Amino acid sequence: MSRTFRLTPPLGDADTTALRIGDRVLISGTIYTGRDAAHKRIVEALANGQEPPFPLAGAVIYYVGPSPAPPGRVIGAAGPTTSYRMDAYAPTLMAQGLKAMIGKGKRGDEVKAAMAQHKAVYLGAIGGAGALMARAIVEAEVIAYPELGPEAVRRLVVKDMPLVCVNDTHGGDLYLEGRRAYQR
Amino acid sequence: MSNLRTIDVALIRDTVADLCGQADLLLPADVRRALEKGLAAEESPVGKEILTRLLENADIAAAESMPICQDCGLAVVFLDIGQDLHLIGGDLVAAVNEGVRRGYEKHYLRKSVCHPFTRANTGDNTPAVVHVRIVPGDRLHLWVVPKGGGSENMSKVFLVTPAQGLPGVKERVLETVEAAGPNPCPPIILGVAIGSTFDDACLRAKRTLLRELGSVNPDPEAAALEAELLTMVNNTGIGPAGLGGRVTCLGVFVDIKPCHIASLPLAVNVQCHAARHKEAVL
Repeated sequence: MSRTFRLTPPLGDADTTALRIGDRVLISGTIYTGRDAAHKRIVEALANGQEPPFPLAGAVIYYVGPSPAPPGRVIGAAGPTTSYRMDAYAPTLMAQGLKAMIGKGKRGDEVKAAMAQHKAVYLGAIGGAGALMARAIVEAEVIAYPELGPEAVRRLVVKDMPLVCVNDTHGGDLYLEGRRAYQR
Repeated sequence: MSNLRTIDVALIRDTVADLCGQADLLLPADVRRALEKGLAAEESPVGKEILTRLLENADIAAAESMPICQDCGLAVVFLDIGQDLHLIGGDLVAAVNEGVRRGYEKHYLRKSVCHPFTRANTGDNTPAVVHVRIVPGDRLHLWVVPKGGGSENMSKVFLVTPAQGLPGVKERVLETVEAAGPNPCPPIILGVAIGSTFDDACLRAKRTLLRELGSVNPDPEAAALEAELLTMVNNTGIGPAGLGGRVTCLGVFVDIKPCHIASLPLAVNVQCHAARHKEAVL
């Protein structure tokens, strides 16, 4: 039976190191969105000695480019995008204090090594369940790079966002473990 | 000329706009049936839970007019135009693009098209990809297939050698699925085109995705290969969301066509479970 952890950002090492692959995680509180173009800009800003658009210490970043909010809604569909495209930037952000990444799909070896080094975790959301994931989002506001449209950085307030720990700080990888039992 | 049936491209524009909305908000009935069948077959508890959530997601999307997936796709539009039909009222491709523009705006769909280098968003999800075929008759059959980037990125084309033959084809299909793993949002659908040329293989692989899941391939050679590839792919254990399970793939569509004596082209178009496709006949 898998364990369930309730986490509220900003996260510390105690939060992340307690997690093991397969653990269920429910996040409530403030997280930030960022995908390809936003990551490029954030890393460029850091290289130029500029402040990132949100504090990275203890931060949780969600790899998502939501669809536009229909009338009366705070956001449109908001499921995860494929994470490997952020692999080039993720170690830099973890070195600055990023503690959790939310996405779907495999991470590279450098990212996994950086997770162990910086005590950060990778949490999986269900890919393609955009309408379902939107239900966990109670507030959304664009805070940087509005010209990027769906790729702009948003501050989200989430409630019991349902996730599973895919890569922990101890080298575990749920994608590798999960397959083994069903491979023929 | 007077006997020619005519269609104003404005009707094509409006139909494309409607189909964009329907496609992104309503999971096709064949995909729903395949997910339900997958749920019954899945042995992994986590896999079952994922499939249950995906069905729930489709229900929420339909009830709340929300897109099934935030990636509302690059609009791929197939047009089979009867050779006895006369299109009036302007430029066909411009009308299709205007339909995409209106449909994506009206239904609050994500605009996911950008310049390849600057990554500047075009802002209206155009240009669409438009494939036109001239067919007998005086009807116009059109399909709107919003294609997500995550699964498209996992697609592959191979120029297999004749010596590698059918075993080589099977190995490369499997290699494509293994390399993709959890990335393209499994359970996936595979469009596999074998033969003809480099360009034609890619287009036919995409076109197979218009087929209904569970439909029988009229080519017995292709039908047998579909069944074999489906078993091979489901034996990878990748499972729903890549978290392990028996249901990695909902269906394989194979199209086989003759090729050059030097060649054996193979295109594998990977499609996520949000296999959106809507069609209309005008």
